[in-house]
Amino acid sequence: MAQEDTNIIDQPEVLTHRMVTIEISGKQYEVPEGITVVKAMWYAGQEVVRGIGCLGGFCGACATYYRTKDDPKVRTCLACQTAVQDGMSFTMMPPFPARKALYDIQTLKDPKQDLFNLYPEAPLCRNCNACTEACPQKIDVREGVWKAVFGDFQNVSEMFMDCVMCGMCTPVCIADIAPNLVALYVSRAQGAHFTEKPAGLDQRIKEIQDGRFNDEWSRVLAMNEKELAEHCATVK
Amino acid sequence: MDIHALQQIVHKTRDARRKQTFPKFSPADRDQLIHKYHPDFRASAYRPIRFGPNEGDKTVVELAALLEGDSPIQDGAELTPHHHTDVLVIGGGGAGCAAALHAHGAGAKVILATKLRLADSNSVMAQGGMQISVAPEDSPVTHFLDTLKGGHMQNDHELLKVMVEEGPSIAKWLISLGVLFDRQADGNLHVKKGGGSSKPRLLTCSDYTGLEIMRVLKDEVLNQKIQLLEFSAAIELLSDNEGRCTGAIFKDLDNQQHVVVAAKSVILATGGIGRLHIQGFPTSNHYGATGDGLCLSYRMGAKLAHIDTFQYHPSGAVYPEQLIGALVTEGIRSEGGHLVNAKGDRFVNELDTRDVVSSSIIRECEEGRGIRTMSGRVGVWLDTPLLDAEHGPGTVEKHFPAMMLQFERFGIDISKDPVLIYPTLHYQNGGVKIDTNSETNVKNLFVAGEASGGLHGRNRLMGNSLLDLMVFGKRSGLTAASRAASMKQGALTLKHLQRYRAEAKQHGNVSGVISPMILPAYTRKA
Repeated sequence: MAQEDTNIIDQPEVLTHRMVTIEISGKQYEVPEGITVVKAMWYAGQEVVRGIGCLGGFCGACATYYRTKDDPKVRTCLACQTAVQDGMSFTMMPPFPARKALYDIQTLKDPKQDLFNLYPEAPLCRNCNACTEACPQKIDVREGVWKAVFGDFQNVSEMFMDCVMCGMCTPVCIADIAPNLVALYVSRAQGAHFTEKPAGLDQRIKEIQDGRFNDEWSRVLAMNEKELAEHCATVK
Repeated sequence: MDIHALQQIVHKTRDARRKQTFPKFSPADRDQLIHKYHPDFRASAYRPIRFGPNEGDKTVVELAALLEGDSPIQDGAELTPHHHTDVLVIGGGGAGCAAALHAHGAGAKVILATKLRLADSNSVMAQGGMQISVAPEDSPVTHFLDTLKGGHMQNDHELLKVMVEEGPSIAKWLISLGVLFDRQADGNLHVKKGGGSSKPRLLTCSDYTGLEIMRVLKDEVLNQKIQLLEFSAAIELLSDNEGRCTGAIFKDLDNQQHVVVAAKSVILATGGIGRLHIQGFPTSNHYGATGDGLCLSYRMGAKLAHIDTFQYHPSGAVYPEQLIGALVTEGIRSEGGHLVNAKGDRFVNELDTRDVVSSSIIRECEEGRGIRTMSGRVGVWLDTPLLDAEHGPGTVEKHFPAMMLQFERFGIDISKDPVLIYPTLHYQNGGVKIDTNSETNVKNLFVAGEASGGLHGRNRLMGNSLLDLMVFGKRSGLTAASRAASMKQGALTLKHLQRYRAEAKQHGNVSGVISPMILPAYTRKA
């Protein structure tokens, strides 16, 4: 397996491999520089059950507050997607008791009006922008809440496609809005009520019900192993 | 060398590569490649299972040890139920949510238990899309044939026919719940072409298909007020005197107490095994993918199918360190992204099946045409900037926002620079053998989703997993619910465990492991 040595990527974190001092929930630990926040907790000997989900940046389980050295600003991140650095201080966000409205999405009569019954706090946004600053997915959350209130459901559904439901927009809201839950309602309503039904899909369902493919099925399912393999090879 | 210096070869060869077409391998070449390089054929990683329903069958050593493992429940344990239900769903991912919603919708009382939070799963990470034959030039039969070809002709025909035929009605159900699939200008569903598929068939929600579906299903489970047991790990099943499944014992991970649930039927939707890190591979899987359902059902006497074959997704990130194992979606290759070795050459048709593409990457790396990192990893380039060159600036950002953001966090702009990838442990192709109602050979024990086996043969086709979850989640839920009304709750015993322990004893109690694993042991011991 000879390989030219020039064909290796330099990685400062591997080359220097230095330890950094961080704070986990106010307690100091030495951990290798550059590992993720989640891995730093494991390295520090902590058993983590709550606070880890997909480990791929999609599930929002590892919502975390952190601060970097000498910076007063407390920021938010997903712990599985963020590298530790010297002087960093972090703590995981505990589950926040936000209120989720209950609804039957399919039988809503007037979804844009229903928003105000389900989430009466939604129009009370005071424009502080804290939700937008808290979003680790860089969604313009404040703008989304306003668009929801003004009935622009389509725009909200597009803006919040990136939302991992970590809920970090919620504790910071001075009007007690849970923007991610509002956006989820709005997106579902957009999909169920304000998006054209795909005609081709209904057509295909009907074709299957009417047995349009039955002859082809009979032919394929009657084939022996060899015939089937040959037939598969003809599908391009 | 600086990563940017090494990347130059990809930029330099891009225009020349754009003019080339790389043909697919012939069936013979493809078989030879897989046999030589695919991890499924590394004999030293395998051993026969010593006892139980699959005695003598080979599987990877990591899984064999768990299957032969002992239960944490002692004989004579307290079995007075804390909860009674018609249908007990174990697992909160796509299959579990679909099963719970359909069983609930059919009028059954449902409890959904999961060891993490509701919806924490691999499903939430599915980026590539969901295969459903909705395009006019496509058909369920073509979907069937593509899947069969991808699965090396080993797929269970009955299961597969059911899946492809029920696909369109699943899409309709998800749309009615508010799932926002990408559309064409005429309002029809937009379909993308996936690896190993002859027709464009992937329904997508940008590169957040799994997340969008799971956001909606989780919300719906909450709206339907289905009873939840979160942070509750199933550690043993219960059986009656005839060996039928009658419930389960959970460990509450918050207070370590045992919780007994009596159920008329149990649906295991516990997902896959990535966190076993088979053969030392990194994984794209979520924290809880430890094969718990396989161990539980195996002790109950359920037969496993294709338990020797696993899917190594071709494009797991190798650099930066923080993203090792994380998926770089196949969508990039679907849209024309090239795989490029250290010499600047393509070496495989990027849209071939996952096992072929993975094997070819391993070949390039083993034969010295890979790019190494200081931490001892090796990989090949995935030419992401090619998409902007091919389809116009902004394509990568528009079509792959999740990917962009993930790398951007580490200062890498994938629309400008290629990414380094190597196969990552992604999916368990086999699992507990099921029939078309998703039931195992153990009466009233259903298995749905990745934990089940037979449907995908020896290699799952991209985009078939999300559909599998929805179709067999639904069928298990409906079948279990329809039985409940005319059924009495069976006795709660551990007779299956006594039988299993007697068998283990005959074989010398070999493994010495307690299973299921529940969570991987990543915490550093001092």
